This record gives sequence, C-alpha cells and structure tokens, in this order.
Amino acid sequence: MNGSRAVPYWLELMLNSAAPLLWAALVFTVPLTLLSFALGLTLGFVVALIRLFGPKPLVAVMRFYVWIIRGTPLLVQLFLIFYGLPSIGIVLDAFPAALIGFTLNVGAYTSEIVRAVIGSIPNGQWEASYSIGMTWQQALRRTILPQALRVAVPPLSNSFISLVKDTSLAAAVTVPELFQAAQRIVATSYEPLIIYIEAALIYLALSSVLSALQVRLERHFSRYGGFVKASS
Amino acid sequence: MIALTDIEMSFGELAVLKSVSLRIAEGSVTALIGPSGSGKSTLLRCVNLLEIPQAGALAIGEDRVTFAPGKRPERDAILRVRRQTGMVFQNFQLFPHRTALGNVMESLVAVLKWPEGKARARSLELLDKVGLADKAEAWPAQLSGGQQQRVAIARALAPAPKVLLCDEPTSALDPELAVEVVEVIAQLAREGTTMLMATHDLRLAANIAGEVAFLDGGHILETGPARALFAAPVQERTRQFISSLLTQ
Ligand SMILES: Nc1ncnc2c1ncn2[C@@H]1O[C@H](COP(=O)(O)OP(=O)(O)OP(=O)(O)O)[C@@H](O)[C@H]1O
Ligand SMILES: [Mg+2]
Repeated sequence: MNGSRAVPYWLELMLNSAAPLLWAALVFTVPLTLLSFALGLTLGFVVALIRLFGPKPLVAVMRFYVWIIRGTPLLVQLFLIFYGLPSIGIVLDAFPAALIGFTLNVGAYTSEIVRAVIGSIPNGQWEASYSIGMTWQQALRRTILPQALRVAVPPLSNSFISLVKDTSLAAAVTVPELFQAAQRIVATSYEPLIIYIEAALIYLALSSVLSALQVRLERHFSRYGGFVKASS
Repeated sequence: MIALTDIEMSFGELAVLKSVSLRIAEGSVTALIGPSGSGKSTLLRCVNLLEIPQAGALAIGEDRVTFAPGKRPERDAILRVRRQTGMVFQNFQLFPHRTALGNVMESLVAVLKWPEGKARARSLELLDKVGLADKAEAWPAQLSGGQQQRVAIARALAPAPKVLLCDEPTSALDPELAVEVVEVIAQLAREGTTMLMATHDLRLAANIAGEVAFLDGGHILETGPARALFAAPVQERTRQFISSLLTQ
C-alpha cells in the first residue's frame, strides 16, 4: 500500500495496542485495585477501631504499623515483599505480593481517615444513642458510622483514586498490569510517547469513573442537609 | 418510684456530687435548680448512667444498682436502667441522618426490636402529641430549635420510660421557641409523666414542677413542694438563689 493513509500512524498504533493494554487493565489493574481497596479498607477500619477503643498495647502495635507504612515508600515495601521475603523462605507470586503490599498501604492510610471521621462525630451522638438504650455496637453501627461515612466519602475517594494510579508500581514486581503491558509494547514499537499517552488515558478513564462515583455518593449522603448545629 | 441514695460522683479530684439522695414519686415532676456548676447535669446523667457514680445506689422500678469506686456495674444492669429512663438534652442531639420520624422510631426498632409498622404507628402518635405530625418526614436540619427539641422529647418518650430526664430543655432556645417546648412539657406533666428536670426557667420550675430540689455545691440543700419552696424557702442560700432567678 502506498499513497495517503486512511488512518494516521499514531492512531493506528494506538488502536493496535488498545487490546493488550485494555486486557492488562481488565485482568490485573482493576482486580488489583478493587481487591486491595476492599481488603485495605476493612483492615483500616479494624485498625481505626483498635486505635480509638482498643487496649493500650494493641493501640501501640497499630500505631507502629501505620508509622512504618506511611513513613516508607510504597515501591520499597513492594520490593521487600516480593524480592526480600524469599530470603527468609517466604516466596510469593507477583500478584499476591502486590496485593499484600497495596492492602497494607491502603489499610494504613484509610485507618487514619476512619479514625478521624469517627472522632469528628460529637460525643453527644453517642450519649443520645446510649440514652435510648443502645449498646456500644448499636450506637457505632446505627448512629456514628452512617454519619462518619458521609464525612469519609471525599478522603476515601482520594485514597481509592490514588490507588488506581499506584497499581502501576506493581509493574516493578513483575505483575503484567497496564503499565507493564505498555512497557512491553514500547520495547517492540519504539514509540514511548504514543504508547505511554495511551496508557495514561486508560488510567485517566479509570479514575474518572471513580470520581463520578464519588459525586453520586456525595449527592446521596447530602440528602439530609447540613448537620444540626449544636447550639450552646 | 425512683430513688437515689447517697450518690457520690467525682471527676478525678473534683467531687461534684456529695452524698446526694433524692426520691421521685411516680407521676410527679421535680425541678432541679441551683447555680451553674452545682452538679445538676451530672445528677441527671447519673440517673441514666451516662456517668457512673463512685458510691451510693440507684433504684428504678424493680431494678437496683449499687455503686462502688472503680467498679462498673454490669453492662446489662446499665442497659436496663437506660431503657427505663428517657433523656432530653440541652442541645437536642437529634440523629441528623434520620428524619423526625426515624429519630422517634430508632429506640423501638433498634433496641426493642418492634416490627416496623408498629414502631411507625407509635412514633407518629408521639409526634402528633408534640404537635409535629406534619413534620414526620423532615430532616432535623430543616426544623427550628423548638421543633427539634419537641422531636427529641418524642424520641425520649418512645420506649415509655419510667422517668423523663430533661437537662435545661429550653435554655438553648429563643424565648418564643421555648414557649412551645414549655407547653409540651406542661401537657406531659398534666398527663402524669414522671419527670426530673434541671432548669433555670421559672416557667418550668415554678409553674409545671410540683416538687423542687435545690442543689448547691454538690449537696441537695432543700427539697419541697414547688409552691412552698418558692414562697418560703427555709435555707438562706435557697432564698438568695431564688431571688437571683427572679431578677434575671
Ligand atoms: N466530664 C467531666 N469532667 C470533668 N469535670 C466535669 C465533667 N462534667 C462536669 N464536670 C464538672 O462538674 C461540675 C458540675 O457540672 P454540671 O454540668 O453538673 O453543673 P450544672 O449544675 O449542670 O451547671 P450548669 O447550670 O452550668 O449547666 C462543674 O464544676 C463541671 O466543671
Ligand atoms: Mg448543666
């Protein structure tokens, strides 16, 4: 074929690499994000409850955990889990290693969010719950958490969106996710600009979906208007 | 009958209630008056065990709880007391994520495990009683202070407590809004609701309450029928305090 192309070269390249990139996103990036956020948020919730209400020694353990995770680079944590642990006999496949790393990371950051939002609910709400005969668990579940959740949506959404992008670090521990798929295509096509832009666009699309979800959640939670101001 | 016997309550070093005893007959309304910081709120909070006293005893109906330093009563004993007492807070403390109706239903559904329909019917009756039947679906943020406090009263009454504890129920309200709350409380008093309320509001203390207890420095200095106590207090401290209320 000669003469003018019907499709410009860059577009053709993008279309050709779309399938492997989207496949990598679908099979690795999205599951890694969803799983580690679900597990990490659960972990963060438990850590937050322990830090707020647990016995002192356990509180210290949780503080240590959060300190370590927040104070060291995520990439270093992933390397330690995948490349470091085998030295002491713990050998993990790439995906589980990444999943553990991201879960621990999400757990530490979301525990701080959950702790802050639960702490931000006025003590009077606990007392009002107790005064109608609720147990601690009922007060937490029916009064405190629903209000805390509303405040937590924006910061938790932030964590979630950061996580989608952070999963690209899993490429460094051999998970064939979106970014690694892009690297492979670049290795044969020698078109880093076009391919990395394409990968970036897919990340952008994924995080935009999450942002849209955040807007819907916030709208749902704003239905009961502002908080009642405690008058003095 | 509700009886407090030799209640001692301190926060750390600060002794707030010093051997307080008080009896509340069924169907009576007792006003708790006294200077700021005298321990009125603390005393109310001891009756539904939001504070756990260090000594003394509390009897409500069949239940009797005794207190000792460093010993928390059993969880079930605390819950039993709380389920027989209702509390109205100075700043309402409605649940902002539930409608007016949802607030009133909450104890019936979550604590007493009533079926939804029965809880709704009783809650609507109570909202009607406090004059807010038309606000059942409103969120607390959409209600005036007086309306919020009336919802809070309905919420406290829902599980049919043996006593309604009110901590300065009108003091966070503008005078016009306080009136509607006073009227609701007056109506409850006429119907024979047992109440104990801390208040600086003479409309509540002198007109609605049958009994008055004067709390000063952690002691109950004087108790008696409201008319008699306001007209001719025995203690000099009581007389001073009442005249200070009148000149406000
Ligand atoms: N949780 C607490 N921790 C420490 N001190 C407290 C606590 N609650 C109350 N106090 C102290 O106990 C004393 C009595 O307080 P309380 O609130 O019972 O007084 P009150 O009679 O209700 O006053 P007011 O008329 O201002 O409402 C005050 O000195 C107060 O500072
Ligand atoms: Mg008070």
